[in-house]
Amino acid sequence: METATAQDILWPEVELIRNEFPILQQTVNGRPLVYLDNGATTQKPVSVIRSMQEYYTQYNSNVHRGVHSLSQQATAAYEAARHAVAAYIGAHHHEVVFTKGTTDAINLVANGFRKTILKEGDEIIISAMEHHSNIVPWQLICEEKGAKLRVIPVSDKGELDMDAYRSMLNGRVKLVSVTWVSNTLGTVNPVKEIIALAHEQGIPVMLDAAQAAAHIPIKVHELDVDFLALSGHKLYGPTGIGILYGKESWLEQLPPYQGGGDMIKHVTFEKTTYADVPLKFEAGTPAICEAIGLGAAVAWVNKVGIHKILAYEHQLTEYAVAALRLIDGLRFIGDARHRSGAISFLVGDTHPSDVGVLLDQQGIAVRTGHHCTQPLCDRFGIPGTVRASLAVYNTTGDIDKLVDGIRKAVTLLG
Amino acid sequence: MTIKEQQDRIIEDFEVFGDWMEKYEYIIQLGKDLPLIDPKYKTDDNLIRGCQSKVWLHAELKDGKLEFTADSDAVITKGLVSLVIQVLSGHPPKEIAEAEIYFIEAIGLTSHLSPTRSNGLLSMLKQMKLYALAFQAKSMQN
Repeated sequence: METATAQDILWPEVELIRNEFPILQQTVNGRPLVYLDNGATTQKPVSVIRSMQEYYTQYNSNVHRGVHSLSQQATAAYEAARHAVAAYIGAHHHEVVFTKGTTDAINLVANGFRKTILKEGDEIIISAMEHHSNIVPWQLICEEKGAKLRVIPVSDKGELDMDAYRSMLNGRVKLVSVTWVSNTLGTVNPVKEIIALAHEQGIPVMLDAAQAAAHIPIKVHELDVDFLALSGHKLYGPTGIGILYGKESWLEQLPPYQGGGDMIKHVTFEKTTYADVPLKFEAGTPAICEAIGLGAAVAWVNKVGIHKILAYEHQLTEYAVAALRLIDGLRFIGDARHRSGAISFLVGDTHPSDVGVLLDQQGIAVRTGHHCTQPLCDRFGIPGTVRASLAVYNTTGDIDKLVDGIRKAVTLLG
Repeated sequence: MTIKEQQDRIIEDFEVFGDWMEKYEYIIQLGKDLPLIDPKYKTDDNLIRGCQSKVWLHAELKDGKLEFTADSDAVITKGLVSLVIQVLSGHPPKEIAEAEIYFIEAIGLTSHLSPTRSNGLLSMLKQMKLYALAFQAKSMQN
């Protein structure tokens, strides 16, 4: 066990948080693990792990169909998880569709727009800082329909060019789909303004909240956003589960994504009528255990408090940026005024993968490469970055070790 | 030296390193010392794409022996490439195609072979064996 983090200068209680994460108590390559790859996936608190174990050991059963007790218990827990996530983002529970994750949620909306809305000559707006999962689904449907994908440019600091965005909004645009927080740059986009500007012209907006969900309070009704996607595993929950939030009117309007059991009202060979939203979009046996795990994750975040998390991570990010800035030759990729989670950088002319390998030898987990944002890396003319991404269990001690680790790596690579 | 003897020599060389820093210092030095590939071979055709770093590999048959030259944009990858070239380059295609490569695991660098590391080393080993097979097939035709 480390003692350095016991009296963290920013937040002494962070040690209590760390104790709830069994995976953080190990050594990697002989060093205490410093986990700074939370943008890729967060670790899971013991309450999440226990909730999933309880499901399989005590009431594993299919949902929405059995009259027997276990099935009722499983259904209650599954729907309670939906209520918990809905409350977490300020939505009604029937506006929350369980999906496999953010990618799945974006594809669900893209498929609906392909079938019922998008026509030749229409436009969809995304931004230059999108993850591939918020590029490719739109690219596919635009190609198919002869529609145009338009891209909001990003400045050298890694911020969206809002003037360009304003000028792109017109009657041909059928949807704006942008990320709330950049997974590569850590930029927090002005989503309220983005939504308001689009709505002035009657254009709906989808937000990719994968990198926001664990860091920033989400209130979908206040934002007036039309669609929002997030992933459970980036929110201290399990993999394989996420949600799509959609305004009820939109979810009613979009056709089913996949056909199967659980999504129907009545089936004959001539005609099938569909279940009401959100079940219309949940064909087949869902990821029941994972949904329950996500419910437990949301409960855990609520216990810590998302506002507390926001405040602490803000301080920790400032600490990290200040400490990293002192490293000779280090330059940040993305230096936005409003940032969260990810900090990307390069040191001198070292290759990101070399730095990543040498940090791993010191027990420090960071992500290197293009972070599934190749167009963004091309925009900055770089092969990729080293990315440290923070979660609530990270400490100033973690940052100090990262800084030492980078110095050691750079000396070796010298 | 045979391919096996080359591997055993490298394993012996690595035994002297006390910690990971010495080991990587050596690999980085190998990377820096790797003879330059002729720029005309640094083409997209010769590029082995890994997720993390790029590797260019060129193969040429000289007096019945297959010779490899390579480069990478990452110096640790380049060092690993240098080790693989020391082992495999300059042997008849048949021997390369049939060689069992065990030194990477023996010197504790298995993680570099994992597909998740995707640094191109695994792809490069595969590509070298493919070249060997291709040249072997060609020589049998002649």
